[in-house]
Amino acid sequence: MSVGILIAIVLGLAIAGFFLGRRRAIAKAGGDSRRLHSLPGYYGQSVALFASVPALILMAAWLFVQPILIDDKVAELIPDSAIADGGSRGLVLSDVRRIADGIDLLVVQDLLNEADLQNMRADFTNVRSRLGEVGVALGANVSPSVFEAAKAYRDAQRTGATLMSVFVLALAAAMFAFSLLRIKPDLRARNISESFVLSLLIGSSLVAILTTVGIVGSLVFETIHFFQMYPASEFFFSTTWNPQFRGGSELGILPLLWGTLYVSFVALVASVPIGLMIAIYLSEYASKTLRSLAKPAIEVLAGIPTIVYGLFALITVGPFIRDWIAEPTGLGSSSSSVLTAGLVMGIMLIPFVSSLSDDIINAVPQSMRDGAYGLGATRSETIRQVILPAALPGVVGAILLAASRAIGETMIVVLGAGAAARLGLNPFEAMTTVTVKIVSQLTGDTEFASPETLVAFALGLTLFVFTLGLNVLALYIVRKYREQYE
Amino acid sequence: MTDVSASQAPSAAGPRRRTSLLELDDRTRRRNAAEARFRLMGLLAVTFGVLAVIGLVASILLNGLSSFRQTYITVDVYLDPVRLDKAGTRDREAIAKVTTFGYAPLLEKALVDAMAANGIALEGLSAKQAAELISKEAPAQLRRYVMADVSRIGETVTFDVLAAGRIDGYYKGRVTMESAALDRNVSPEQLMLADQLKQAGLLGTKFNPSFFSAPDASDTRPEAAGLGVAILGSAYMMLVVLALALPLGVAASIYLEEFAPQNRFTDLIEVNISNLAAVPSIVFGILGLAVFINFAGLPQSAPIVGGLVLTLMTLPTIIIATRASLKSVPPSIRDAALGVGASKMQSVFHHVLPLAMPGILTGTIIGLAQALGETAPLLLIGMVAFVREYPSAPPEGFFEPAAALPVQVYNWTQRGDPAFVERASGAIIVLLVFLVIMNAIAIILRRRFERRW
Repeated sequence: MSVGILIAIVLGLAIAGFFLGRRRAIAKAGGDSRRLHSLPGYYGQSVALFASVPALILMAAWLFVQPILIDDKVAELIPDSAIADGGSRGLVLSDVRRIADGIDLLVVQDLLNEADLQNMRADFTNVRSRLGEVGVALGANVSPSVFEAAKAYRDAQRTGATLMSVFVLALAAAMFAFSLLRIKPDLRARNISESFVLSLLIGSSLVAILTTVGIVGSLVFETIHFFQMYPASEFFFSTTWNPQFRGGSELGILPLLWGTLYVSFVALVASVPIGLMIAIYLSEYASKTLRSLAKPAIEVLAGIPTIVYGLFALITVGPFIRDWIAEPTGLGSSSSSVLTAGLVMGIMLIPFVSSLSDDIINAVPQSMRDGAYGLGATRSETIRQVILPAALPGVVGAILLAASRAIGETMIVVLGAGAAARLGLNPFEAMTTVTVKIVSQLTGDTEFASPETLVAFALGLTLFVFTLGLNVLALYIVRKYREQYE
Repeated sequence: MTDVSASQAPSAAGPRRRTSLLELDDRTRRRNAAEARFRLMGLLAVTFGVLAVIGLVASILLNGLSSFRQTYITVDVYLDPVRLDKAGTRDREAIAKVTTFGYAPLLEKALVDAMAANGIALEGLSAKQAAELISKEAPAQLRRYVMADVSRIGETVTFDVLAAGRIDGYYKGRVTMESAALDRNVSPEQLMLADQLKQAGLLGTKFNPSFFSAPDASDTRPEAAGLGVAILGSAYMMLVVLALALPLGVAASIYLEEFAPQNRFTDLIEVNISNLAAVPSIVFGILGLAVFINFAGLPQSAPIVGGLVLTLMTLPTIIIATRASLKSVPPSIRDAALGVGASKMQSVFHHVLPLAMPGILTGTIIGLAQALGETAPLLLIGMVAFVREYPSAPPEGFFEPAAALPVQVYNWTQRGDPAFVERASGAIIVLLVFLVIMNAIAIILRRRFERRW
């Protein structure tokens, strides 16, 4: 039974439960709803909730756990001899999965029936060509043990699916019957269904914690895995980044970190003065009309997806810098460069810096401005000598937030900064960043057994720690500052 | 002492300087100049910001608008039964055995015939070279047309076939006679032939609807590449995000805003939400790869995985917006509900939530718009794969490979043929149009329904 049908059945049961529960409550009260503890709808609601929610949770948990258990079981069936040189159990296991899927296709298309499948043996039949008929291409011929594992895998999956249907439906029906039969006029149905809803609300807010746990857990787990294969000291202190997919790669983070910081620095140098001046001008000088036109126009920049900036860097800014600045001065010949990525990222950060600083400047009390004007200061003197120092902690916080954005930015650097890991000072040269390398190490076919893939998790953890640290620092500074005026 | 020195101050300063408020002295002039400079710098910064917006949009539009138009060649194709249906039985199975290679000669013959009818000589080109003006995708197009109704075999049909990418580029200014001379894929003679065809009215540029509906095409056929699968994939992902993020986000916000006690546990949740809002999007991609694909065994490149990852990413946005909008409902509403005997839960679900709904929807749409444009996490969960098959209808379609709009843009920028840059910009325009529509809906919702208390 497919998951969709199962969900439909459970939901149907819930809807039926609502009406039956309601009707039963009214009937028990002899048709007089005043004799009930709660409104009749609450009796229905409690039945609906009890019938559907536990069953759906069970199904979700089952779907999550089943593949893991089956993989474990099937992995035991694969003998060490079936694992090719340089391969891993995981590779064989993914072959097993594809063969099982292929068999399913064969059965669906009536090219094979179950009885034949039981008798089919890989040493007599050419499984590879049979599977090729339904479009499942295999890299090599199938060894008997792998084929048996695939059959076992398929059987286990089908048993699992059947068991799941049975258990989920049984749970739904049992809860349905239980909550329907316990209905009587003095059942506190409203309290029951309200506390049920409250627990659902609490459960939803736990998703945030689960996500963090998932992020930290997967990053840390795979990073530990990585450091078991690759020395941590090399990773943190080596100055070469040179992944080889045959092994013997050098995976030093320093060039990537340098590229990241360099690009972010250029981006901040471009965006902070401009963003700050925009905020100052719009909040202190601009007329109402100009402000109402320019502010949303600049905030449009914040709503544009980063891939658009990436394309802008790739097709407009990059060639422009190469043809008009880098090549005439002989400083570089590549259209992707630190400067390209940095400038475009700077444009992306302008609205971020300006709207944050705008809030902060507006939070400076008017009395401080009035005091400065009263002493005869000009507007710019007031801004430079009174408002900015007062807003400084907030502005620093905003800059740190912008820096954390710049460090975590991916698409602009993927398309604008290049892929060459390099420790250099020339901004017209292509360099690469942590995020670019995460993308390039994890895109395409990934096999979670080689240090070349797992290094992406170590890079991700570094990135996560960096941005989190900057954010916490920024929030700390901003919060401390706010307390001064409120 | 101080009194004495203060009274002596004027004499200590020497003779009084003659100044007038009407005449500016040097220092005032300098200060005024500094003021004007500062103001100018501010104005320049604002101008730069606005110019950046205009430049960005203009560069995309200039590069991309041409992708909505495509060069077509109009030919009368005789669907020759000798080639397509040798047995003459009109049996679908037998006709299906004829591959696209069987259709290419029909097009070649049709083009040569059309040229002869219009008095255009081949001039040093073989018929095969002339046929290279027609896209390699055209035989497949023709085959699909025949397979849709096999009784058409034997008829002569007028067909608008795609011109090859280089020919299309010639009319869009990407390919010139000089560049064609150096190009292996096209020769100046072929371009001249194209010009003659254009004069004869056989070749023309017109609106290209298949850009929005066709699937992606291979490296050598930029003219046939379209956004169909990507738009469908993005739509599926948005459905998943909407179905998961809206209820989860609203439920979490209601709990945190209305029910949560002030304690460590609540603080922990709040800190988590604000931190998640600042985690780089690519980290969510790593999470998706490690947990959903590797651990839970969901298929790669499937909209369900993309949707789940984007849900986790947009959840903080939706929670923050929902909480703000719940907070803006005045406490008097809650008090009034409680006063007439509603339970806490009833006051929230019957009174506060409906009043906060416009704000929640606005926040949700903005969160969705953010999710629609997000690229980096999708790269990691395999959405970069080359997908030509449309995913089937939900719910099965959620688990089948699909592309996504922003990832399609990235994909096209990685290809060699410059024609794909045009396609990528065109795809960006489509993406931006969707975003503008979503944001406009959000603004309209806010303007129409938002209440000021």
